[in-house]
Amino acid sequence: MSEYPISDSDQEPEELAPMLLPLDGWHRDHGGRMVEFAGYMMPVQYEGIMAEHLWTRENAGLFDVSHMGQLLVTGEEGAQTDVEPALEAALPIDLSTLKLGAVRYSLLLDENGGILDDLMVARWPGGFYLVVNGATKWDDIGTLREYLPDDITLNHLDDRALLALQGPKAFAALERVAEGEYPLSALTFMKGGRFTLGGVDAWISRSGYTGEDGFEISVPGESAADVADLLLAQPEVKPIGLGARDSLRLEAGLPLYGHDMDPERGPVEAGLAFGINKRRRLEGGFPGAERVQRDFAEGTAQKRIGLSLDGRQAAREGAKVFHGEQEVGVVTSGGFSPSLQRPIAMAYVDAALAADGTALSIEIRGKKLDATVAAMPFVPNRYHR
Amino acid sequence: MTRYFSQEHEWIEIEGDLGTVGITDYAQGQLGDITFVDLPAEGATFDKGDSVAVVDSVKAASDVYTPVSGTIAEANEVLADQPELVNTDAEVGGWLFRITLSDASELEALMDEAAYKDYVASL
Repeated sequence: MSEYPISDSDQEPEELAPMLLPLDGWHRDHGGRMVEFAGYMMPVQYEGIMAEHLWTRENAGLFDVSHMGQLLVTGEEGAQTDVEPALEAALPIDLSTLKLGAVRYSLLLDENGGILDDLMVARWPGGFYLVVNGATKWDDIGTLREYLPDDITLNHLDDRALLALQGPKAFAALERVAEGEYPLSALTFMKGGRFTLGGVDAWISRSGYTGEDGFEISVPGESAADVADLLLAQPEVKPIGLGARDSLRLEAGLPLYGHDMDPERGPVEAGLAFGINKRRRLEGGFPGAERVQRDFAEGTAQKRIGLSLDGRQAAREGAKVFHGEQEVGVVTSGGFSPSLQRPIAMAYVDAALAADGTALSIEIRGKKLDATVAAMPFVPNRYHR
Repeated sequence: MTRYFSQEHEWIEIEGDLGTVGITDYAQGQLGDITFVDLPAEGATFDKGDSVAVVDSVKAASDVYTPVSGTIAEANEVLADQPELVNTDAEVGGWLFRITLSDASELEALMDEAAYKDYVASL
């Protein structure tokens, strides 16, 4: 047997020994099967991807995403006025409308408008808190440092761990243990605030990467195991590995950096320009603005779409997409959907063939399998708005 | 009946000149939940080491190599509807294909059960 890993990142040089995260021992104690991912040893699964996936859709799954980069952007003396325009010059989203505690999805673009990463931006008192992808965080820090003026401080909060609690019962489980100035119910989707969990200071935001209601929880690395124990002690909660994280996000229609977007793709063709509002489109003033403005005006040659496949055989990243005999695109993520019990995929195809219901085919190991352009998310989102 | 094992985690059980091939319980455990099996056509001929079948799990597609050369006599069609048999019954009901051996001497290069057990323990 030989395996073709589909979601392991290839962004880190292989010769570097993988680093260990604060919960490394915790995962091993709980039966996690550890693999190298984004330069770290990470749990790919515990009891099995299918079971973990379905548990998260029905209950609450606890994910360790401490490989992701947590960054803090601040101005001198914590003066918000300086840091906001500085960060707006580095990112394409509108920060003027981002309220204290609120979280917004952004992209990090290169000067040509190619996607260098996707990230979350939250307004904290005194600055902005960013969460970037693990495999790209070192490059992101370099890029942001280049984009930001010298008197803006960029801190890598590498002493913090990041957990995600996701699923329809995540709120019930977390509410039981979260204490704060206001109740956890004060957080709606893409809102965050400070709480304590078993006495540990935590920044909690109502967000995630599964399409479910859920939370992302930043805690000091040295307290991560205590917080993980506290959450796992709740009857709704089981630990979930990276394998189910990938299948959950695919069902939710959420793109994965390095697969569904990369520097060759721009925000408009990736379908990820929703964060770039009218003011930013009109005014520009961010890296890659010219390409974004042109793509909005003229459209793009290709678009990111969802594909629903017949049968049970999954299409994997790199599979060619055909319209009749003509090659019209490529699969960027694909797998068997545990919730739907059929294969689903994301692909880029010619814009003229991107409409829902368009009949296409995917070449898998020399055979062409029928596929239909499908609206995403494949499984409805259940965000708590 | 004699059973042999390959380093690629296939098992083959020999009865006369017919070999029944599957993946080992260790292999299915590594792959996780199997969602689809692409099986070879009857009558197709393969050389030892050729990719003959594909086992799809939630996370990846994996080749299955034939441990011997020969002609496919039968594929386990039950797996079309129940691919999970490869997880639950890898070394009996989850067999993948039967192959008519063209060179029985190839079996000498394979491991017996004890040697395979040692091999897995060394991984």
